[in-house]
Amino acid sequence: MIPILNVVNFLILFPFIMAIVIGLLKKASPLRSAVIMIGGFTIMIAAIYVAVTVITSGDTSQFVYLEETHLPDTFVMAGEVFLMCVVCFLSIKYKKYYAILFSLAGTLPVLWMDLTGRVVEGNTHIRIDTLAAVMYLIVGIVGILICIYASGYMKDYHNHHTDVQDRSNYFLALMFVFLGAMFGLISSDNLGWIYFFWEITSVCSFLMIGYTRTQEAVDNSFRALWMNLLGGCGFAAGLMICNMKFEISNLSELTVMGYAPYLVPATLFAFAALTKSAQFPFSRWLLGAMVAPTPSSALLHSATMVKIGVYMLIRLAPVMKDSLTGVMITVIGGFTFFAASLLAITVSDGKKVLAYSTISNLGLITACAGTGTTEGVWAAVMLVLFHAVSKSLLFQTVGDIENCMHSRDIEDMHGLIIKLPRLAFIMIIGICGMFMAPFGMLVSKWAALKSFVDSGSVWLVIFLVFGSGSTLFYWAKWLGKICTVIHQSFELEDITPRSELVSIFPLTSLIIIMCFAFPWMSGHMIQPILNEAFYTKIPDVIGGSDVIIMMIMVAMVFMIPIGSRFLSIGKNSKMTMSYVAGVNAGDDRHYIDSFGKERALYMSNWYMVDYFGEHKLLKPCIWVSAILVAVMLIVVVGGAF
Amino acid sequence: MEINFIIKALLYLILAPFIGGLLSGTDRLFAARMQGRQGPPIIQPFYDVIKLLNKQTTVVNSIQVLFVTGYLIMTIFTGCLFFAGGDMLLVFFALSMSEVLMVMAAFSTNGPYSIMGAQRELLQMMCYEPMTLLVAIGFYYAQGSFMVNDLVVAPMPAIIKLPGFFIGFVFILIIKLRKSPFDLSTSHHMHQEMVKGLTTDLSGNNLAFVEIAEWYDTVLMMGIVGMFFITANPISRLWAILAIAVVFFLITLVDNVFPRVKYITMLKVSWAVILVFAGTNLLILNVLK
Repeated sequence: MIPILNVVNFLILFPFIMAIVIGLLKKASPLRSAVIMIGGFTIMIAAIYVAVTVITSGDTSQFVYLEETHLPDTFVMAGEVFLMCVVCFLSIKYKKYYAILFSLAGTLPVLWMDLTGRVVEGNTHIRIDTLAAVMYLIVGIVGILICIYASGYMKDYHNHHTDVQDRSNYFLALMFVFLGAMFGLISSDNLGWIYFFWEITSVCSFLMIGYTRTQEAVDNSFRALWMNLLGGCGFAAGLMICNMKFEISNLSELTVMGYAPYLVPATLFAFAALTKSAQFPFSRWLLGAMVAPTPSSALLHSATMVKIGVYMLIRLAPVMKDSLTGVMITVIGGFTFFAASLLAITVSDGKKVLAYSTISNLGLITACAGTGTTEGVWAAVMLVLFHAVSKSLLFQTVGDIENCMHSRDIEDMHGLIIKLPRLAFIMIIGICGMFMAPFGMLVSKWAALKSFVDSGSVWLVIFLVFGSGSTLFYWAKWLGKICTVIHQSFELEDITPRSELVSIFPLTSLIIIMCFAFPWMSGHMIQPILNEAFYTKIPDVIGGSDVIIMMIMVAMVFMIPIGSRFLSIGKNSKMTMSYVAGVNAGDDRHYIDSFGKERALYMSNWYMVDYFGEHKLLKPCIWVSAILVAVMLIVVVGGAF
Repeated sequence: MEINFIIKALLYLILAPFIGGLLSGTDRLFAARMQGRQGPPIIQPFYDVIKLLNKQTTVVNSIQVLFVTGYLIMTIFTGCLFFAGGDMLLVFFALSMSEVLMVMAAFSTNGPYSIMGAQRELLQMMCYEPMTLLVAIGFYYAQGSFMVNDLVVAPMPAIIKLPGFFIGFVFILIIKLRKSPFDLSTSHHMHQEMVKGLTTDLSGNNLAFVEIAEWYDTVLMMGIVGMFFITANPISRLWAILAIAVVFFLITLVDNVFPRVKYITMLKVSWAVILVFAGTNLLILNVLK
């Protein structure tokens, strides 16, 4: 039996060591891949070990550690100064001076508080409860798989993008720094430490987005930076109020229910969480983030960055219950869910659709957490889990398709099932996992719907049902493009390296396994979270006969291919070409026009840009939600003074 | 309980195609009489399907068969779930899954008319999806359960609390059953710009499967219409049947009176109707609760 504290320390520190080692291995080599693979799996095993120990322990209140932390505190302080210097230096270098302001405003007051001894000392700094354990699983499994994927991907990436300077060691190192910060953040209970790791992830994502150093990348990275630093300022303000006014230093002390004054810092933290989770009005940084190589998108969208925001909101859920903050957070979340799903209809860039879908789903999670009900939190945690797996798989597949076809546009994925059958099949599972009936996301959406109905949030119900309609539209049309069978087409060479498949196959199987495992997950992973946060037991959100029927459905999804094989036995179907009003020109992609000329025939998807286009919808959405956020801050925070 | 469940599901499985086929025949007869024609016999749809089943099947690709079979099986499954007394929300989730399978069948052909039909069908789904979910939620607000089993023994008919939902649902039924003015994804007349839209590239067996699935689907939809009227009192079932007859006639009438609209009109009108009727109804229910 290894003490959990040691493993946790290892998990926080080892990724940083990994980062240094990888940083030294400049060229893509089998050695570097091996280091990433071995180091990555070690981290994964350690994370699973901690998570399993905590989940099976039965009593999570025992996993609290570190009361005397003089030395680490010094490190944290030095780290904050270092981050501030990095931001200042790069801001000056790229002449984006406004970022300095946000950085100074977020860091200096906290430093002043630390140095003048106004900080509350003596509480435990690390606390691993069930929610942390679940996050460990996400970061440890999905995050590490993405890193392993990246080691192969970056090589291909630089083969295609010869104009970008090869700094893949730096990129991979940043990914590990990110994971280290994630482990630190979810293990910490001390607000000061959370703030430190929070800032690391902000700066890290900024550096990753700017990887290619093109003008677009620089602009987008600074947008990500200032938005996240703004959130960081909110966090810092909340941190100072907690320490200096209420004399509490830990998140767990803040989230006890029913003490109204705590709502002020909670609101500030929720504000910070909104920026991290890329909710409207802060969504644009996540959309800009896709200029970076795909692994960073996969990491930011699924296992790390955006999940920190919703993690924070789930923690704050008990405080937000029945408060104005809760109402505003749910409205912002619900609105984001609906608006982002409409916007997703209008874009054809695969990664951008995924980005909007992330924003949309995070909106749903935000809304669930904001209701502050037990069912809401249940749905939120489930969504976090399913979303992490499906979305990372989808990003990785899109990345591979881009490497094979040199395009990630959905229109170019026409006939993917013929061109790249293996990737197409994985992609179909990933997309189905995002919206179809027996798969995970839908189960959670179902629970979310129930929780909104039970808590009487009519507006959310309306946002959710309309959002489901548009969600269905944008996923299904993508699915349709992939499923189109084009005749006399050739199979492209699938150049996906083995190291990427090491990541893709486990994720694909996870999606399917989680379909069957969700009742178990509900009982063993999510119920304990609710016990810890609300001290209540809830009846199964989706239980009894429904689970059985869901299982039958999952079984049917896999039975239908076999069944249709039997049904077609004994029938000799005639093959023909698709109907083109009798003017086919030999295949189903050309027709003879009225002048007797052969013309290409192609049906594009619908994007409805004139109605929901970004140029029409994005600005109003940002304004509406900005007003909502402003109202929340002014009424709750301003009202307290 | 379990046995009951299975018996009800089996009854639906066996009876639904006959009822659905007859409904389809009635629809054609009504339509013919409205246009001053004699019209086909009421069992014409059965003749059609039998003929289709006996024809040689022409396929565009092999995946098509898979999707069409999937569509048929999932539609039957959805109906069984509803009539056996399952969860309303799950019924609608399963329903949209079966629809997606049908759309995929059309997408897979790569034919211009099929794909156009598929895109339009997806849009139609986007139009009615909010309302189907809202119906389930409305029943939950009114009667406190998502289970059809509990809903059919309610003390008073749901229509009293859910008039707005009923209007909204009847409205989207026109879209769901692909009737004019909202028959964008397919048309009943071969010579139109859409050809047959969604089903253009289906023939023989496959087309027969789609027809049969549509019968099941019609019965399911009419069952949901009936749900608004059914209570524990057995006489309420008569009311339910009467309501179904009226709604069915109304839809045929609308089908014959209105010309097809543009897709954006459909989207605007249907979402507006849902928001105004069902949305307002929901708000009022929430206040009264």
